[in-house]
Amino acid sequence: MSNHVNPLLILVASILTNNILLVYFLGMCSFIAVSKRIDTAAGLGAAVIFVLTFTAPLNWLLDHYFLQDGAMAWLLGKDLASKIHLGIFRLVFFIAVIAAFVQLVELVVERFSPTLYYALGIFLPLITVNCAILGGSLFMVEWKLSFVRSVAYGFGAGAGWALAILLMAGLRKRMRIALVPRGLEGMGITMIVTGVMAMAFMAFNGIIPV
Amino acid sequence: MTLTIYLVGVGVFVGLILLLSAAILVATRYLANYGTCKVIINDSEEPLEVEGGDTLLATLYGQKIFIPSACGGQGTCGECRVRVLDGGGQILPTELQHIAKPEARAGVRLACQVKVRQDIRIEIPEEYLSVQEFEAEVISAKKLTYDMAEVRFRLIEPDRIDFRAGQYIQIKVPDPDSPDGFVFRAYSISSKPSEHDQVEIVVRQIPGGKGSTYVHHLKVGDKVHLTGPYGKFRLNEDEDCHLLLVGGGAGMAPMKCLITHCLETTPNRPIELYFGARGPKDLFYVEEFEKLSKEHPNFKVLWALSDIQEGEKWDGPTGFIHIHVGKHYNPPEKRQVFLCGPPPMINAVMGVLEEKGLREDEIFYDKF
Repeated sequence: MSNHVNPLLILVASILTNNILLVYFLGMCSFIAVSKRIDTAAGLGAAVIFVLTFTAPLNWLLDHYFLQDGAMAWLLGKDLASKIHLGIFRLVFFIAVIAAFVQLVELVVERFSPTLYYALGIFLPLITVNCAILGGSLFMVEWKLSFVRSVAYGFGAGAGWALAILLMAGLRKRMRIALVPRGLEGMGITMIVTGVMAMAFMAFNGIIPV
Repeated sequence: MTLTIYLVGVGVFVGLILLLSAAILVATRYLANYGTCKVIINDSEEPLEVEGGDTLLATLYGQKIFIPSACGGQGTCGECRVRVLDGGGQILPTELQHIAKPEARAGVRLACQVKVRQDIRIEIPEEYLSVQEFEAEVISAKKLTYDMAEVRFRLIEPDRIDFRAGQYIQIKVPDPDSPDGFVFRAYSISSKPSEHDQVEIVVRQIPGGKGSTYVHHLKVGDKVHLTGPYGKFRLNEDEDCHLLLVGGGAGMAPMKCLITHCLETTPNRPIELYFGARGPKDLFYVEEFEKLSKEHPNFKVLWALSDIQEGEKWDGPTGFIHIHVGKHYNPPEKRQVFLCGPPPMINAVMGVLEEKGLREDEIFYDKF
């Protein structure tokens, strides 16, 4: 993906061809842990969409005005700014923003929508350590997306993750009554099914040339 | 020049962290501020006015109402059950681990998981309202076996406790890992209810256990904080009511309390004690109880060892305790049973007692 692609295409591509879970295998731990039931999977999926949609642009602003080489020209002047390379701190900065944002969201949701708060329960804080969220921000930087594209990418990557976990929860519901060879029960078959799903998603690759 | 670059790097990082922290602090200040809430307990006329936002357990603790809780408010022990009639919000998945569906429908919640965000109406057992917090001093601490300790406290403030035989207290254990700085651990009282100014407990050392390690390291003169008494057990005080006691391990504590209390108030009451342990090195209070049973022919004691190692001497009964209960216990007309010990032992004894036709309401048990 690059900065020449139409934002709408980025949105579709990040859901299907560049699915953050099934193509990049990010956010696997919560994907496997929470895909046992459809309702909890939907709750976590919604939370991931929400947080990714906001943290990707937030981190874009941070990156654009502070972290990129020479980004601080607006504050320090060109000469000094060109000597400062804060890019190496990207990981730490991004994770700090994500953690703080999740905390804020938790406070807001708890106050204004107790129902949603109880529905999301422990999943909201869990998102802080979901690598798909951090991965979304890092990809956005690597592909040098514009601000609008980073919003589209953030939402798309979240929606792609939510789609993958929902599909998995549906499959695992069916697998409960399936005859799985004993050695593959539980984690084994889940990994295999994830792999098969990833291969199926490879079929989308031809649709969008990005 | 290099210095400026370093300073800018550090400055940006510190600035960002400060900004994020400030945002969270401001949000907490305005969003997590719930103002004053009313807590109505057991439909009392005078509701408690409390600061909202904290858990029900902590809020009640601040109001000197002590709900038993062994895990320190983490939602893992399931001890702090209360009925929330109004204003508790939806039940949480963490609570459903401890509360069955029908109970949940009746409003049973864990006080440590319910947050006080609005006026709330709750129902708690009347006896919790009489629970007090005591400051106490260790007046004796001795080892009974290699892993059992008996510790006796003298109450300082308040200096008098009224409890029923078989009840328990909680000890405030300092714990740097807990957000409050302490956790509570529950222990049965082993001293007589007639000793109003003292409390004695018997504690087994559990490797890595916070409470037991703390208690085992107490020395004479140490100050501790206790809350109590807790526990639903109600002894039938009739002199002709037969009392069967079956215990194992640290389950000795309530047994000692019940036996000494009964022999003091109703000296001719028939009592049978069956006590199971692993090997001779796990036995304690043997001489005391043998002496008591010589003085009181109505008090019978049986010790059984289940795991005698080579080279250990034992000429008494062997095997698991429920087998001996099955062999020797003949349920009389009027009876009461108290069991205290590890869960497998209690389950086995319950099975034996059921076969002998005892009803559930005649048996009281305490698993730990």
